[in-house]
Formats: sequence, C-alpha cells, structure tokens
Amino acid sequence: MPETRDSVTLWLRPSRGWPVHRPGQYVRLGVDIDGVRHWRSYSLTSVPRRRDGRIAVTVKRVAGGLVSEHLVGHARRGMVVRLGHPTGEFILPDPLEQPLLFVTAGSGVTPIMGMLRALAARPSGLPDAVHLHIAPSPEDSIFARDLRALQRAHPRYTLHEHHGDRDGRWGVAWLDRRVPDWPERHTWACGPAGLLDSLTDRFERTGMPERLHLERFRPVVAAASPGASGGRVRFRASGKEVDADATTPLLVAGEQAGVLLPHGCRMGICNSCIGRLRSGAVRDLRTGDVQHADDQMVRTCVSAAAGPIEIDL
Amino acid sequence: MNPALEHLTPDDLDDIGRELDAIRDELMADLGERDAAYIRKVVKVQRGLEGAGRAALLVSLFPPAWLAGTTALAVAKVLENMEIGHNVMHGQWDWMRDPEIHSTTWEWDSVSAAEGWKKSHNYEHHTYTNIVGKDRDLGYTLLRLDPDQPWKPFHLTQPLYNIVLALAFEWGVALYDLELDEARKGRKPWSGVVSDVKRLGRKAARQITKDYVAWPLLAGPSAAPALLGSLTANVVRNVWTHTVIFCGHFPDGAETFDFDETALDDESRGSWYVRQMLGSCNIDGPPVMHLMTGNLSYQIEHHLFPDLPSNRYAEVAPRVRALCERYGLPYVSGSLPNQYGQVLRKILRMSLPGGGKPAPAPALQT
Repeated sequence: MPETRDSVTLWLRPSRGWPVHRPGQYVRLGVDIDGVRHWRSYSLTSVPRRRDGRIAVTVKRVAGGLVSEHLVGHARRGMVVRLGHPTGEFILPDPLEQPLLFVTAGSGVTPIMGMLRALAARPSGLPDAVHLHIAPSPEDSIFARDLRALQRAHPRYTLHEHHGDRDGRWGVAWLDRRVPDWPERHTWACGPAGLLDSLTDRFERTGMPERLHLERFRPVVAAASPGASGGRVRFRASGKEVDADATTPLLVAGEQAGVLLPHGCRMGICNSCIGRLRSGAVRDLRTGDVQHADDQMVRTCVSAAAGPIEIDL
Repeated sequence: MNPALEHLTPDDLDDIGRELDAIRDELMADLGERDAAYIRKVVKVQRGLEGAGRAALLVSLFPPAWLAGTTALAVAKVLENMEIGHNVMHGQWDWMRDPEIHSTTWEWDSVSAAEGWKKSHNYEHHTYTNIVGKDRDLGYTLLRLDPDQPWKPFHLTQPLYNIVLALAFEWGVALYDLELDEARKGRKPWSGVVSDVKRLGRKAARQITKDYVAWPLLAGPSAAPALLGSLTANVVRNVWTHTVIFCGHFPDGAETFDFDETALDDESRGSWYVRQMLGSCNIDGPPVMHLMTGNLSYQIEHHLFPDLPSNRYAEVAPRVRALCERYGLPYVSGSLPNQYGQVLRKILRMSLPGGGKPAPAPALQT
C-alpha cells in the first residue's frame, strides 16, 4: 500500500507463534533478492494484537538501497518474507509519563506512528502530546493524513508539520518559540543523526537528558573504496581487540594478536574459519567486494576490515 | 616437480591461476534466483521422495510397496548425501544466506557428524589433494592405492576389505573422521579422539534410531520389511557413494604428488589449481547421473572451485577442458564402468608389493 511516492506500507501475516510486539519496536525482515537473503530492520507501525493477526511495517526507499528499492518497487500481495522477532527498547513506559513531545523526521515517524496508534486505541485516547513532524515537502510526508486525522479526533494531541520546501531548515530554537513548555515534556524522537544530535545537545544543556528518548536507525555506512584504511577488530569470544589494516586478513590480524581462531585452508575454500560479523563491514580480499554486517558469516582468511568491526569468534 | 608439470613455466602457472580465478569470479558474480530455485527444488524433491519412500515402507508387507518404498528411500538418501549434503557443507550455497541451506547448520543423513566431516574433507582432503602422506582422503588412509605408499602384509586383504568398505561406507567415513591414524602418530590428542567418539556415538544413535527403530515400529505388522527396506536403502546409498568417490581420484591418469611442507608453502595459486586438476577424474554420463553423483562426476571442476554451486559445474567443464588442452595438461574423463574398472584393477594390483612404473633405463654416458 503506497504512503508517499517513495514509501509503502507492507501488511504481513506472521506465522503462528510470532510474539506480540510493543509499539515503537522494530522487526527484522529477511528478503530474498536474486537468490540472496538480505536482512533489514523496520519499525512496526500497526497496533499490537490486531484481530486479523496482521502487522505493518512502512518502508521508505533509500537511494541505492537494495532492499528498500526492492520492497517499494516490487512488493506484491502473496510475497513471502522472513520475519525476526520484535525487538528494541524504544517503547513507552507503563504507566505513561506525561506530557509528551514527539519529534520525527522523514521515515523516523514510523516507530512513533506505532506508538500513536496504540495510544489512540486506548479508551482515554491520546494524552497531552505535541508532535513535530518534519518532511521535505507535503508530498513526501509519510502518514500526514493519518496524523491529521488523529489531531481531529484527539483534542489533547497537537500536530505541527514542518516542510523544508516551505519552512526552511528546522532548528532546535523552534522548540523555545512554539513549545515553550518542552523541558517538562517526556520527549521521543526519531530521525536523521543531525536532528537527534542537536536535540541531545539541547536537552543536556537544560540538564534533563533523561527526558529525551531516541531511536537511531542504523547509519548507512559508505562503501570503503580500494586503498581505504582498515579498522579496529573486536573478537567477541575472547574480547580481544586489534588494529587491522585493509589488506591483512582478519584471521592473520587476530592470530598476530594472539587470538585463537578456527582456521583451515587459509585460501577461502574450506569454510573452517567463518564467523558471524556483528557490526561494521569487511572487504573480500579476492574480489574487493565490501560486505556489511547483517549478521552474515564471513571467511576470516580472505576478509579484511573496512572500518571498525565486531565478529563472533 | 611432478613430471606432468615440467613443461609449464612459472609464467604459465600464473596465467592458469589468473584464468581460473577469472572464471570463478565470473560465475560467482552470476549466481542468482535461478540457482537458488535449483537447490530449493532439489531439496523439495528429495524430501518428497523420502516421505513417499517411508510411507510406502509402512505398508511394506505388500511386496510392490516394499520395492517402491525402498527405491524411493535409496534415491532420496543418495540425493541428500551427494547433491545436497556434501555440497551444502562445502559452503556452495552459503551465498544465499539462508540458514536452512547453510554449511554451518546442515546435518546430513549419514552416521558421520557434519562437524568432523567438514574438517577432514573440506580442509585436509581439498587442500592437500593427492599429496601422498598429506591427503587423508579415505582411500589413502585405509587402502594402498599408490606405489609410493609402503606395502604392508594387510594390504593383501584389501580387495575383500574394499567390498566391506563399500557396503558399510558411511561407517567407514565416520570412523575415518575420528583420525585414529593421526592420534597413533601423536598428531592428534587422544582427548580429541574421545570427544569425537562421543559425537559419533550421538549421531550414530540418532541415525540407527530413526532408520532401524522408529520407522519400523511405526510400520506395525510391516516392521520387519520396513527395517529391511531402510537397511537396503542405506546399503545401496553406501555402495553408490563409494563408487562415485573412488572414481574421483583413483582411476588411471590421476596424478599423485610427493610434496614436502616447504614445497607446499611455496605453491602458487596456479600450481595449486594444476595439482587439483591433475589429481581428479571426471565421469561421463547423462544429466541424471551427474545429479545422482552430486555433480562429483565433475570432480575436476569441483576440486578447482569447491564452493561453486554444483549446478554450475556442467557449464564450466568445457572451459576447463579447453584450458587443459591449451596448456598440454591431461583432463581425465571416462564412463562410469570404465573408471570404476580401473579403480578395482588398481586395488587388486596395489594389494601386492611394488606396482610402480618401471624405472627409466639409465642414459648412456658418453
């Protein structure tokens, strides 16, 4: 179901035994593209325990993003995707702390939408909440219609829409002008790193950092170009860390640091040395391809660090 | 230097290495939906056959049901071990990142446990292929198949012993994974053997329970024929896999190598490739035979690219053969009866001392 020109909402029917999620949580989606399974995380935007058992995630196309382009362009009714369990600590406390302030930008609205829908479904409706939603233009504003409908139905919920093309770049000083009581509000924010950083800074200067709750979507790591530097490698089993350059196999770097690692042929054929990459990116020394951590298995004997990484070995 | 390699210059070897690397990269880059659909289909067919076979054996007091069930189960077990298990455990399908078809999670329908087999096979056999004394591949550990292996009196029994091995092949593989020979030589701690024996015990118990207790019990009045059906299917699978695997490295024309550790350390990518090609033999036959051998009928291509999905070996074979022709390298290939006949002849000949090629006549001094 399209939301804007570059975002869609996917309605999924989990198989039996999928646990009930909490609003604000995300789920890992495994999508097979050209025979290869890719995992990405998306916030759940539907309320928990729907009678039809379905759940929704909303996906915005990321330029050059393999999975989001596939889902926005090619998702069809009846398509099968793998589903992880709901996870994430970006969840409203119970009992609810009020009053509330939501700050969302772009697809950062998705976890908040899950929260708002769940709150709106309570008998008491939405509590005292101010919501600032930032989008480049009205056409790009995900859930704009739904948010306006919530505003009409729930008098204590106030929506401010900020559109870059009309209102210019949003600055944190806006809070003082338009929501003077913001330091009293328990604030939930999701959006690009720059926005979240400026909010963090502002809350820290006020001495209320605990009032601010953030959800950071994983930053897109730029693919390292050939000749790029390596990075710090953390071997999780032993806890050892070592600096590795971009041409030394992880296996060799680890062994030089005295880490006991499984190994075999040391030429990329026997799979004795594989370990699960938990974070960061590695470069395949044979092909130059860069693989990002999506919990995938890498062969340490032919992979080098492309930036800081963590590996389950 | 092996005589078959003598006409190649170091530059030739480097060129061969580059060419084969390029073929590998090209194919790996081309993997996609079609390949994923292939392996999922093979898995589906295999499960269907296994299910149908077991179901038929439940009513196997009726002789046609016994025959159909046993046949289906035997084919299913062959497919599982060869085209699926062996190749999945090589990591050929790891690129799909599907945990259900992944080298780290697959456990095959055999008494040998995946974990031990992956080490002895993927690492020791595929890295040290056909190096006398280093390649612990089954044949060289249990039999004398090369004149450079010292003859011992017990080799006299190997023609008979080989038949027993064929019938009980999965047990031979499982015992070989324990590396008792390595432990005797002090290269493996006995504590390691003990933990491997425990692992084998657990896996074997599971296999025996499944094939010879659980399913026969389910069959009720058909218990005895059902048990016999499972046993027959296992033996058929054993004999077939033994045949295919022995045709991989032991027919005439396959080279063995006398390398020491330094020679191995200095071995270039190109000469590693050449050793893999010279030490392996293909089997010619129709597509269904290739499928039933798990495409190990393309043993040469498998040894060059052990982690390339097996459904691609057929298309890469003509290119490898052409490369061999260009560089004057042998590319050994023959029909199954022909190749297996040569293996049996070698087992017979090597049961007796000697068997090496006659030494060349001394050159006349002038």
